[in-house]
Amino acid sequence: MTIWDLHCHLSGIAGATPEARLGNLLAIADRMGIERLCVYMGMTWAHDPSPEKMRQENDDVLRAIAKFPDRAFGFVYLNPKHTAASLAELERCVAQGPMVGVKLWVAQRCSAAELDPIIRRAAELKAVIFQHTFYKLTGNLPGESTPEDFVALASRHPTVPLICGHTGADWERGIQAIRHVGTAHADLAGCDPVAGYAEMAVRELGAGRVIFGSDAPGRSFSSQLAKVHGAAIPDSAKRLILSENLKRLLLPILTAKGIRV
Amino acid sequence: MNPPALFSRRDFLAATAAAAAATATRARGAAAAAPAAGLVDTHVYLGRWPFRRAPLDEPAALVAKLRAHGVTAAWAASLDALLHKDIAGLNARLAEECARHGAGLLVPVAALNPSLLGWERELRRCASEHRMRAVRLHPNYHRYTLADPLAARVLGLAAELGLLVQIPLLMEDERTIHPLVNVPPVNAAPLADLLKKIPALRVQLLNAHRTLRGAPLLSLAAQGVHFDLSNLEGVEGVTHLLSQLPVQRLCFGSYAPVFYFEAAMLKLKESVLDDATLAAVRSANAHRLLARA
Ligand SMILES: [Zn+2]
Repeated sequence: MTIWDLHCHLSGIAGATPEARLGNLLAIADRMGIERLCVYMGMTWAHDPSPEKMRQENDDVLRAIAKFPDRAFGFVYLNPKHTAASLAELERCVAQGPMVGVKLWVAQRCSAAELDPIIRRAAELKAVIFQHTFYKLTGNLPGESTPEDFVALASRHPTVPLICGHTGADWERGIQAIRHVGTAHADLAGCDPVAGYAEMAVRELGAGRVIFGSDAPGRSFSSQLAKVHGAAIPDSAKRLILSENLKRLLLPILTAKGIRV
Repeated sequence: MNPPALFSRRDFLAATAAAAAATATRARGAAAAAPAAGLVDTHVYLGRWPFRRAPLDEPAALVAKLRAHGVTAAWAASLDALLHKDIAGLNARLAEECARHGAGLLVPVAALNPSLLGWERELRRCASEHRMRAVRLHPNYHRYTLADPLAARVLGLAAELGLLVQIPLLMEDERTIHPLVNVPPVNAAPLADLLKKIPALRVQLLNAHRTLRGAPLLSLAAQGVHFDLSNLEGVEGVTHLLSQLPVQRLCFGSYAPVFYFEAAMLKLKESVLDDATLAAVRSANAHRLLARA
């Protein structure tokens, strides 16, 4: 089965440069049968990056993916608090550059209106949009979204496919939150490999709305792949989750950019 | 979700060069010491997780999964032990289920809740009647710490009976735990003293790697504490861990059926491990650990 990984970073792996780190990560991905990686941020973590820091993070990813154009896709990291700077980064990295997706993390809750121009422009560019979400019993960060924030955003942009990062981590609740929103996709990445996760996602959302991601290098590829390889779901569902759904979301922008896969 | 790496990058880089040679030496030693055949899963459960059905929470389904992946022995404790009060009943049921399913695959691991009266007699019965060779403790669910005098009595009796003591430091991520059972992870630090006071004590910590890392983990390992790899995270996690931890201290353990069994299995592929290391982690260390107990 072909495997594409929706969710990787540049932190937690040896390598002095972004391209060295991505090279090391790809060598491990090879052993695990993973063909392509989507990469965003992480040379150093910044929860609420300034415009300068945002550009630096994206420069790192541009540098890394330039070395491995056949193996890695770049997602531009944006901070909606700096709306104009984010729109400029979207132009630089996606419209004018090689990146194919958008990563939104924990700077601002995604129910905020500041996201709207970013989502509109990203949708025009056909970029794949990934929004981190979490239900944290220990308390979310001030700008950290829950799946309910995500649903509020999705409802304002009803024709735009969106990916719900970690499916809220408390995934049973996350799946319930996004179930009625047909454009919402569940990212399996980053939580413990708790049995039943993929089964419930497929049962409640349909296999067409579930996407494999690892959150490597901080997480192991193994624990995350196990959620799909180990799930009691048909092979046809595994194929959708491991690559076909992500390919379907990426196809418009890859076609527009003349990138063949 | 950005979980912290197992060790800081600086720790890792500093340790890597020094450890590379040592790992090779240790691996050779482990290979010489023990038979390589088999795959021992030191960390499975029967019974029901209280908060959801797991796809493999029937013994027959779990056994089929383990067999399909080449597991030759699986140390099985009871999930019911977390919240049930009739511990004698569930130990008898566990022994019966292990005998009925898997043709010897499942090795029953005693449950014990020392906050309930009669726990000493129950532990003795597990050893003598059920012929159990290990006990799995859940101090955080049974409301004691390893610093309590009660813990010293429990571990002392386990050592006297020749039982290996397994302690999972946690059962689930504290960020998504059920709010009504929001128990803290077990603090393993008091084990250092207990191991000095009870020389015959043998301990394996399970689900340890989220909350126990670096120097505290290594000093317990130096006192003979073993670990499993069920919640070990980060790419090439086994390689990183073994750059510091002596290979004799790490056993295969999946935490099935709560976790997907495949996660542990794939970790042995994600890290490039020589045959001697693989043999040690897959089975030799576990055989030695239970034989000593
Ligand atoms: Zn992430």
